[in-house]
Amino acid sequence: MSFLELIPDWLLIHGPAFLMALPLIMAAITAILPNKRVAWASTFIVTAILTLTAFSIALYNAEVGSTLYKMGGWAPPHGISLVIDALNAPVIVLIAVMAFITVIYAMPATIAEIKPNKRAPFYAAFLLSIAGLLGMVVSGDAFNVFVFLEVSSISTYVLVAMGAARDRRALSAAYNYLILGSIGATFFVIGVGFLYMETGTLNMADMARILADMDGGSRVSKIAFGFIVIGLGLKLAMFPLHAWLPGAYAYAPTPVTAFLASTATKAALYLLLRFTFFVFDPSYTYVADVLMFVLVGLGVIGMLFASLQAIFQTDVRRMLAFSSVAQVGYMLLGVGIATTASVAAGYLHLLNHAVIKGGLFLALGAMWYRFGITRTQDFQGLGQTMPWTMGAFTILGLSLVGVPFTAGFVSKINLAEAAADAGWWWAVGIIMLTSILALIYIGRVLLMAYFQSPPEVNGNVVDRNEAPLMMLFPMWVLAIASVVIGVEAGVMVDAATRAAELLLGTG
Amino acid sequence: MTPQIALALLLIIPMVAAVIIPIFGKSPNIREGVTFVAGLALLATVVYLCLDVAQGGRPELQMGSFAGKFEFTLKLEPLGATFAAIASSLWIVNSMFTLGYMRGNKEKNQTRFYACVAVAIAAAMGIAASANLITLFIFYEALTISTFPLVTHKGDEKAKRGGTIYALILMGTSLALLLPAIIGTYVIAGTTDFVVGGIFPEGTSLVATSLLLILFAFGIGKAALMPTHPWLPNAMVAPTPVSALLHAVAVVKAGVFTMLKVVTYTFGPSLTLATPSSTWLAWIAAISIVLASVIALRQDNLKARLAYSTVSQLSYITLGAMLAVSMGILGGGLQIVMHAWGKITLFMCAGAIYTIAHRTNISQLDGLGRTMPWVFGAFLVGAISIIGIPPLGGSWPKFFLMMGAVESGKAILIAALIASSILNIIYLVPIAVRGFMKVPANPEDDAHIAEVRKKHRWVIIPPVITAIGSLVLFFFAGGIVDFLQPILPGGGL
Repeated sequence: MSFLELIPDWLLIHGPAFLMALPLIMAAITAILPNKRVAWASTFIVTAILTLTAFSIALYNAEVGSTLYKMGGWAPPHGISLVIDALNAPVIVLIAVMAFITVIYAMPATIAEIKPNKRAPFYAAFLLSIAGLLGMVVSGDAFNVFVFLEVSSISTYVLVAMGAARDRRALSAAYNYLILGSIGATFFVIGVGFLYMETGTLNMADMARILADMDGGSRVSKIAFGFIVIGLGLKLAMFPLHAWLPGAYAYAPTPVTAFLASTATKAALYLLLRFTFFVFDPSYTYVADVLMFVLVGLGVIGMLFASLQAIFQTDVRRMLAFSSVAQVGYMLLGVGIATTASVAAGYLHLLNHAVIKGGLFLALGAMWYRFGITRTQDFQGLGQTMPWTMGAFTILGLSLVGVPFTAGFVSKINLAEAAADAGWWWAVGIIMLTSILALIYIGRVLLMAYFQSPPEVNGNVVDRNEAPLMMLFPMWVLAIASVVIGVEAGVMVDAATRAAELLLGTG
Repeated sequence: MTPQIALALLLIIPMVAAVIIPIFGKSPNIREGVTFVAGLALLATVVYLCLDVAQGGRPELQMGSFAGKFEFTLKLEPLGATFAAIASSLWIVNSMFTLGYMRGNKEKNQTRFYACVAVAIAAAMGIAASANLITLFIFYEALTISTFPLVTHKGDEKAKRGGTIYALILMGTSLALLLPAIIGTYVIAGTTDFVVGGIFPEGTSLVATSLLLILFAFGIGKAALMPTHPWLPNAMVAPTPVSALLHAVAVVKAGVFTMLKVVTYTFGPSLTLATPSSTWLAWIAAISIVLASVIALRQDNLKARLAYSTVSQLSYITLGAMLAVSMGILGGGLQIVMHAWGKITLFMCAGAIYTIAHRTNISQLDGLGRTMPWVFGAFLVGAISIIGIPPLGGSWPKFFLMMGAVESGKAILIAALIASSILNIIYLVPIAVRGFMKVPANPEDDAHIAEVRKKHRWVIIPPVITAIGSLVLFFFAGGIVDFLQPILPGGGL
């Protein structure tokens, strides 16, 4: 572990707290920075440090196993604890890396999309959102999870609303998101309240132990579980609780969309995993029922229905948004089958889809930046006018479909295999079918881009006009990452398997 | 040289040629020289490998793995060796023809053309030597992508439209049907390797195999089983050498080769026979055979007629595969060889007529045979081979397929084969007859053509070579059958 030797010890030990404290403090400072490049630079540096920290924590975790950090030295269950284990370490890395990548992209994008006097607040809200997401992932305390969930949500509402400079509809989208997100958070906190009633603790490890002693607990914990699943379901855009998502993704500023699509719903899904398998346990009948009927049922309906809706969208952003709802269905399916292999596949799809969808939205943002493209028909001739951007879009789009040598293929085949091993043959069929639907909606756009000539404006054929390097670089990092994962899946599959083994207590 | 190295050379030789060709873009003679050298080197490699395979060798080459569970591996077996042999040998003949055609018609972007053909050949070699379905799938897609610039070579609207349909159908069927079929196979069987006798475990649900077989049959769009065939006539916007090599040999044969391979090595003949959908697919193939022949009958454009004839002839192989008896599968394998040599002759004749006389329609060919006797002679020989009249190569596969139909108890399918042969006679022979027997519409024109003809000998010699080849192959059919026998479980016939 030569890399870890380079990292100071205090960072490894206090890393979990540092992860959320740094963006939280820097958000306040960034808000009052002058509205020039300084705000961007500070965000850039913060996310770079976060990425480094997240990587070293994840490596450290792989070496020493789960770590418990006691805030202020107060031992749980009375003090607040932060936990790093095989389940959240990859999600932490994901959030930090996606934040870093998005910030690089945000530099040119914000200049085009955000008014100069709003840029410092924009970056402040962005940092706040990162702090919230990282906080809810590392926290070992259910109430703190709620607090950070709200921190990230409220800052996200602000970020979505900032798309108003580009399209006024961002305001109503943000309002929608605000109402539904608040309902979700409320449900979640009610669920946590019931759990506190039942167990008398807010520490998640403690809750798990007490619930296990009570053999799943009374009706109160059943209700708590219901509230938590619905609350998180809203946050992670589980069908049919996804109504806020297409609008928010379509009208938010493009860097926000990319960041949201790759982290916010993923963090919520992580929480769902944490609660269903860790705090509660699939051995309780009510949890098993919810897994089998609610998560799988809604997941599968979402896969089919949202994929079909994606096909009929004329706006590419909404198309990708519906595709995200469908992809959440894959993850829920994997979680719902509840074998080690299937949970690992669902978890792997969580990570892979974040890379894929983040990259797709970055490419789409670059297309808006150059040509104002939002609709499928605007894609005509993009293969010639923006070959590099379109190239990244193509690779990532094929990855979404699940073509060999891409990340999407790895997670889909793992999921199909896990479903088959569990005897869920119909699920294998559904996975195939929705992959075909994905091929239709992605193929439709690719067809426009590569088989149509560039449009004419004022009698002149549109010239080649490639996106700036600061936009190309991040999207190609993700496109190449998706291919690398597709070829050398080992690291990701191992990480996902470790997470699943931790959750199911196997291995 | 070891067989492993030879296997690697199958890919390396054409790829290296594809890299070198653009370097000599400015000096056409060296550029074409590269193609010929590469072609001969490739043929020598393939012959070496064929000899090894005939002695029971199954050279294997691991090239890596991906996604943690898929091997990217080459492994040559008799069927693949046969496909590699016809693709590499006809590449040389066709390069001769390409030289005459491209220069004779002063086509643009010739360098790109030769380079793309070399890449397409590499992809075809990859398909021939794939050790499992996933590897095959990768090369299958590579073949589609590398031939797309060839189909749209002219660059006008018509070429673009044809190319779009070409790519759309081939990409669409492969991604939407073939890939799920491969994944389904992997999930059920736990592997996608090609193993004699099939890989599905005992007791696999016949509903599942039925579904998979249907997905495979229509997912392998290159086999042009109706209704996935429209890409083939649309791809005829390509220059004739492309039609000749790729749409009579490499691309379509890659399709039917894959079909045969799936039936013999993935399902295994006995499971295919037990799978209910194989009967339906045999009927669909029979309908394709007759229907495409009827459509061919109605085409006046020579290339379009040949295209539909190809659709019809390809379904013979699909039919042979779906009969799933030894005779049917061997007949399908033979048909790959015989049809390749026969159809490339016809396409090259069409190209020669276009280059020398600038005629594309059958109704314009009256009396042209008197001015171009070699071309029309070769055409007649090719046509007879396609129809299946001895002593030409094409007669053997028809015979085998009829035997196969009887063996599998579907003797009624013989009717489709006979109907198609009769239709073949009606739509192919009159073209040559018209050329020789009818009086030219405009004798002065023909006199002019007779003069230009001498400049274009490189479009005349290749079809004559392949016509002779069709004749010679008649006498070697037994050898090919013996060579192919090991692909059947239990040692063949």
